[in-house]
Amino acid sequence: MQFGLFSVGDVTPDPTTGRTPTEAERITNMTRIALKAEEVGLDVFASGEHHNPPFVPSSPTTLLGYIAAKTETLKLSTATTLITTNDPVKIAEDYAMLQHLSGGRVDLMMGRGNTGPVYPWFGKDIRKGIELAVENYHLLRRLWREPVVDWQGEFRTPLQGYTSTPAPLDGVPPFVWHGSIRSPEIAEQAAFYGDGFFHNHIFWNKEHTAQMVDLYRRRFEHYGHGSADQAIVGLGGQVFMAGTEKDAVRQFRPYFDNAPVYGHGPSLEDFTEMTPLTVGTPEQVIERTLGFADYVGDYQRQLFLLDHAGLPIETVLEQVEILGREVVPTLRKEFERIRPAHVPSDPPTHESMLAQGPDAPFHLVQPALAYAANAESVDARSAVEVSA
Amino acid sequence: MTRRIVVVTAGISQPSSTRLLADQIADAVTTSVTARGEAATVEVIELRELATDLAATMATGGVPTPAVARARDLVSSADGLVAVTPVFSASYSGLFKLFFDVLDPDALSGMPVIIAATAGTPRHSLVLDFALRPLFTYLRAVVVPTGVFAATEDFGGGAEGAGLTSRIVRAAGELAALVVAQDGAVGGFVPGAADQRRRTSGTSLDTDVTPFATLLRGHSG
Repeated sequence: MQFGLFSVGDVTPDPTTGRTPTEAERITNMTRIALKAEEVGLDVFASGEHHNPPFVPSSPTTLLGYIAAKTETLKLSTATTLITTNDPVKIAEDYAMLQHLSGGRVDLMMGRGNTGPVYPWFGKDIRKGIELAVENYHLLRRLWREPVVDWQGEFRTPLQGYTSTPAPLDGVPPFVWHGSIRSPEIAEQAAFYGDGFFHNHIFWNKEHTAQMVDLYRRRFEHYGHGSADQAIVGLGGQVFMAGTEKDAVRQFRPYFDNAPVYGHGPSLEDFTEMTPLTVGTPEQVIERTLGFADYVGDYQRQLFLLDHAGLPIETVLEQVEILGREVVPTLRKEFERIRPAHVPSDPPTHESMLAQGPDAPFHLVQPALAYAANAESVDARSAVEVSA
Repeated sequence: MTRRIVVVTAGISQPSSTRLLADQIADAVTTSVTARGEAATVEVIELRELATDLAATMATGGVPTPAVARARDLVSSADGLVAVTPVFSASYSGLFKLFFDVLDPDALSGMPVIIAATAGTPRHSLVLDFALRPLFTYLRAVVVPTGVFAATEDFGGGAEGAGLTSRIVRAAGELAALVVAQDGAVGGFVPGAADQRRRTSGTSLDTDVTPFATLLRGHSG
């Protein structure tokens, strides 16, 4: 199982001091956090993509490319890449480039963003959000899988004899997750292609997360990629840790109370009850996190949000340290212990996909169609056998 | 079949004249449904008790607290709704609006509704038609023609009191007729029947998912 961090990249004043980091500091700090993640044994760092203040990561492949140059093993991912407003041709190129530079340590998570005006800023219509996600992602799949692409869709200018460059490293397209909080269409999309499904988890009640993941799992099986419990699931989480629960709550409360998104709303105690937020000892975080598998099933990737709400960089690095040294080693052991043998431990990586060879189903644009055709020919064969 | 009537009342003081009006309307609806040979139950949502939950839900961008989720399910599963608000600053109260703001956009589709309001003076009576009625029209509810407005003086006797009672009875009759009406349309024979919005509280995920082949149609290049 993979463990890591996802960062929104918000520039938020520290409510205890009133100090706001500069954009330069925040960008540097995102890199420091990623380097610390590798140092303490975490597997993944994922950057958000935003095109408005108070967020800094508008250009994730620049950030991730820089981090790639300074790390050896860390997987670089996104949370999320805007499949709606970015040109899929540019996504295909940027992330293939990053894949080459990082030695295949790249995957991406598709999302539709959290800011309405980003659509008009990039010349798109928010009412077409789902259609944009569907069409753009389909084109992206083709660009990474077909050497020469002819394309005419609804949203971008047509392509004639287009070759995306560089081609994916070793001919293996990056693994893709689809992230959505509440759109069943996106769970359906992830299931159709046999891609991963990631639920943000941290802003919603767990009953809702469980329903979205269950839908994805059922449809994954329906489309023939494997059994429902073999679908590739990722979850978000949000923690703050100290030696005692009391200390953790005392230190975190001013940040919680003033946080963007949920600050000035529910109490820390209510929010802890409603969502996966855990503020307490490393042991409490371990227990709570292991419980996630009770309602989404055995899953493959857990990302934590640690660097937000104005927490100072020293505190964040300390939290990463506790997570990597005291929490994740136990989580790895315990999750492996409860996982049945037929359920994959990790999501697909560049190495695992390369090892499957050129005939692996993920090389197809629509593997579900091939499964359906196979099933039909098997039916036809058995019908022939029966009549013979 | 027992029809379920849900009352949403936004009165603040206790006892509240808004709740008093809500109860009178609910009783009249029960009588009117019973008179049509059906049983009726009434469940009341006091928005005052949900005030902090509604604020918390709003402040998190829509994550319903357990109490808000229960109220949402209760409202959307009802057969008829009675919505009563005090008039504050020439409109429905903020608390009243807050509740309807946390509902799913399809939470009241096709729902028969009585709108009612209380105020200190009859000069606010048009609030029903310029504030409440558009709100419920937006939510695709079916608002009965008779709105029930009660100024303080309407709770006394005489012509005012009698007028209020007759408006309550008339509105209740209109609601009861909609509540007991059978859905007589034969599938396939009614133009537009398939386009009608399905009512949902939004609390549970709609798992009736559109197959991806449909989503991809015209978008595969």
